[in-house]
Amino acid sequence: MRVQVEGVVQGVGFRPFVHGLATRLGLTGRVGNDARGVFVELDGERDRIAEFLTRLERDAPPLAAIERVTITPGRRAAAGGDGRFLIVASERSGTPRTLVSPDIATCADCLAELADPADRRYRYPFVNCVNCGPRLTITRALPYDRPLTTMAGFTMCDACLAEYHDPADRRFHAQPVCCPACGPTLRLAYARDTPTAGGDALAGAAGVLRAGGVLAVKGLGGYHLAVVASDERAAAELRRRKRRQDKPFAIMVADLPQARRLCEVDAVAQALLTGRERPIVLLPRRTDVRGAVAGAVAPGRRLLGLMLPYTPLHHLLLAETGAPIVLTSANLAGEPIEYDDRAARDRLGGMADAFLTHDRPIHLRADDSVARVVRGRGTLLRRSRGHAPAPFPLAWEAPRPVLGCGAALKNTFCLARGRHAVVSPHLGDLEGYETLRAYAAGIEHFSALLGVRPEVVAHDLHPDYPSTRYALSLPNAEPVPVQHHHAHIASCLADNGEHGRVIGVAFDGLGYGADGTLWGGEFLLADLVAFERAGHLAPVPMPGGEVAIRQPWRMAAAYLAGLEDGAAGATAVARRAGARWESVTALARRGGSAAPPTSSAGRLFDAVAALAGVRDTITYEGQAAIELEQLADTAERGAYPAGVARHDGVLVVAGADLVRAALEDLTRGAGPPVVSARFHNGVRELIVRCCMALREETGLTTVALSGGVFHNVLLAERTVERLECAGFRVLTHARVPAGDGGISLGQAAVAAARDLFR
Amino acid sequence: LAHGAGGKATQTLIEAVFLEAFRNPMLAPLEDGALVRLGDGPVAFTTDSYVVSPLFFPGGDIGDLAVNGTVNDVAMCGARPVHLSAGFILEEGFPVADLRRITSSMAAAAAEAQVTIVTGDTKVVQRGKADGCYITTAGVGVVEQPVTLSASGARPGDAVIVSGPIGAHGAAIMLARDDFGIEAAITSDTAPLHGIVAELIKALPRHVRTLRDATRGGVATVLNEVARASEVAVVLQEDQVPVRPEVTGVCELLGLDPLYVACEGRFVAVVDGEHAVEALDTLRAHPLGAEAAIVGTVAADPPGLVLLRTAFGGTRVVDVLVGDPLPRIC
Ligand SMILES: [Fe+3]
Ligand SMILES: [Mg+2]
Ligand SMILES: [Zn+2]
Ligand SMILES: [Zn+2]
Repeated sequence: MRVQVEGVVQGVGFRPFVHGLATRLGLTGRVGNDARGVFVELDGERDRIAEFLTRLERDAPPLAAIERVTITPGRRAAAGGDGRFLIVASERSGTPRTLVSPDIATCADCLAELADPADRRYRYPFVNCVNCGPRLTITRALPYDRPLTTMAGFTMCDACLAEYHDPADRRFHAQPVCCPACGPTLRLAYARDTPTAGGDALAGAAGVLRAGGVLAVKGLGGYHLAVVASDERAAAELRRRKRRQDKPFAIMVADLPQARRLCEVDAVAQALLTGRERPIVLLPRRTDVRGAVAGAVAPGRRLLGLMLPYTPLHHLLLAETGAPIVLTSANLAGEPIEYDDRAARDRLGGMADAFLTHDRPIHLRADDSVARVVRGRGTLLRRSRGHAPAPFPLAWEAPRPVLGCGAALKNTFCLARGRHAVVSPHLGDLEGYETLRAYAAGIEHFSALLGVRPEVVAHDLHPDYPSTRYALSLPNAEPVPVQHHHAHIASCLADNGEHGRVIGVAFDGLGYGADGTLWGGEFLLADLVAFERAGHLAPVPMPGGEVAIRQPWRMAAAYLAGLEDGAAGATAVARRAGARWESVTALARRGGSAAPPTSSAGRLFDAVAALAGVRDTITYEGQAAIELEQLADTAERGAYPAGVARHDGVLVVAGADLVRAALEDLTRGAGPPVVSARFHNGVRELIVRCCMALREETGLTTVALSGGVFHNVLLAERTVERLECAGFRVLTHARVPAGDGGISLGQAAVAAARDLFR
Repeated sequence: LAHGAGGKATQTLIEAVFLEAFRNPMLAPLEDGALVRLGDGPVAFTTDSYVVSPLFFPGGDIGDLAVNGTVNDVAMCGARPVHLSAGFILEEGFPVADLRRITSSMAAAAAEAQVTIVTGDTKVVQRGKADGCYITTAGVGVVEQPVTLSASGARPGDAVIVSGPIGAHGAAIMLARDDFGIEAAITSDTAPLHGIVAELIKALPRHVRTLRDATRGGVATVLNEVARASEVAVVLQEDQVPVRPEVTGVCELLGLDPLYVACEGRFVAVVDGEHAVEALDTLRAHPLGAEAAIVGTVAADPPGLVLLRTAFGGTRVVDVLVGDPLPRIC
């Protein structure tokens, strides 16, 4: 009989597992990789075969994810007639239908070898096995076999070859297997003076770090820039060279005890930190430690982004340096992470003092993932290395292959076929040409890898998104426009394996609305196929359009202009703006295309942040709202009230009431922490009120929360709590970001559902 | 409504309606004007309608705009403008004094450009059916120096030059429309360009590839047309693009990108890279080109796109906008 196994079954030790299982059961036959996954041909006693099939799914290796097992009876096993069970070479015919595994952090067995002076891979920076190591980032094509990875150029030595062919070995058919005798080598190169440094590369690299230098390190999915985390001068210099003003840097610590020295680590956070995906985890800073982290690393933040080493090279570098290091992706602002060796040399020359690099090429870039604990559960804020391309199950089978093109910022794309959707690693902001190129090339690469030719292309309604243009430029594919906030809610449904109909609360910065205006504080009645806009924040003008996003003080001016409040001009924010306050107020009152109206919740947060003196201008997305959240007095229970009216059956929430209340509080001398807390609580209250009104009207009792505003943990936790108290079932994000990184999955889910039910 | 912004929507409208109805080989390239043969030599022929609000603004009015705009379109064909026609559509009740003001500035502009307005027409429509005054002008010019100019003529290695600081016209109009309480002395850049263009063509008859006046949609839109028609990339250096500080200030306030703001007396020239400095010197020797600048280069890749190398070292795509620009940041 022939057994076809589909899913994540290549590069995860599946064939050795099958080999071991069949051999133990006394079955004959063979196992191999093919374009659809793994095939098994076997012969033997009937009940033994039945046992085999049961254990095949039950005892599969930890990294495997079986999607489907198809059994074709009757055929005799073609090989292994001598009473043995064989692993055979891959069959390369047909369209690939298999899925690649994400890249996996170094396992405990490999770490033990790394630290064992008697082991032949002692201190070897590229040790890996079938349970760990590079996967997606080195895969050029499928099936996942060494010649089709970037390890193709390294010929295995006899010792490695023996392990590779020994079914009892941990490296049996581990494609990236290598050792100091045959594998990649580490190299340190200084950016200036000498071309290559002599001596031990690791010692040299640690020396550069300890001397206050900036080190470029080639990792799994791209280059990073590193400095010693406690080095105030080096951290400031890194900011200057990277032209990154305020956005926090992540820190890599050697181990869990070191993480605990810097941050509070609870059980959930510990599981995230030590998990095989190894994301950056945002953790509460310990307030009793001083000097361990330079002020320039994460200015004004209660949280620090920490990660543990995930490659042998990182383990060795951390040990050699003896201190936590800042590890930030090496790129120019707004561009994707550098992964190509020559491009890195060319483009990072002005940023790094030295390069710790090696000769195993990276084929596909993947930035670090970012996670956070929300209500005792890990939530991804950025889904990338370690997670992509693990597939999401769709609620229904997609009739035709779908491409979800994503939005514009923090973009990903998504390819869906059958019941599975694969979301790309985080790409970045498509405004930049380099990102746009990476985006187009990434779609090509993934399409080829998965053997998918998209026939349905889901895109945002915004006509000027580069992703929309890309979608509309594709020949032979049916474009399916999906409204931005519908895609947000759909992504939350897909994240939870649901299909609706729900009350969707989509609060974010901005998205193009079905009516051509900018939305962002939306209450939708939605399922995967369709939505209805049941409520929203009252629109306010954005004076200057896009510039109002970078200058939150303008949103304060816009809200205060709407209040017709005589005190507006006397506020601190107006004084700080000077003469421009009047001009911007006039611009807001005039409206029109220079001050487009928006129902955005993000802009409401901006207005209050500016009013409370938190921030007038920002240097990265969401900065004002994030800082407003960070300073909130979490003990404060008061909440500003907001009026809810009905216009033509649609709920319209007066966000301006919250601004007025904040203004009055500030005038009375309330501090920004109290104002921030009451504002957050006010937003929570208005969400709960609207959901209750919509439940009354529709009978719907499930609420889905999505959109970048729900990356705000204070708001998210309190809103969920209160909604659950009010008897709602609440869906939140865990595996895809609530922000625009999740949009592509939502788009694909909607397009697939529409394709099915049209 | 979106069909007037000069971007992709306008392009689509032109292609869907006018090109379809009037299809002929001289119209098809969609340059600023057409070269036609009437008797001996080639003649440049163009027409344009002017609708501007307000009708009077710092630095000019609809009258000189209607003359200079058509003069410039003739000039962009490499021709010397000679005659103009003028058609007026007036709203019932439009003040005669205003009409006088407009016609006298047209006369002055024509005199400066050394063209004669040889024919015209006037229609009055009911109140509310038009916004004060609309003008359509047509112009003919003679080609005295044989040149090949086309948006499809740019080649890799060419240089991209703008004839002076950009965006002043659009910024002046914007300020004239509303009182934003800004004290900025911005006047429209409206001017006839055939003189400076003639100097350039005289100096480099074989090395000028493309001339376009950067009107609606600004320099960004013009360069996108060039990139597409020539199947090349245009790579701009952000810090080389000349913009007056007061224009930058108004653009910042209103959230506009100067690259997309209309000019009425500036043009973009694509010239052979090896003669770029010569071209620049020639332009700078003319009073209207004193602040001309080389703003970028033409490259082979990626064809059809305009890229901007920013002061931060990044590279941004400068796209044609579909409608009124709406923020793209989430
Ligand atoms: Fe969004
Ligand atoms: Mg014209
Ligand atoms: Zn391992
Ligand atoms: Zn070896």
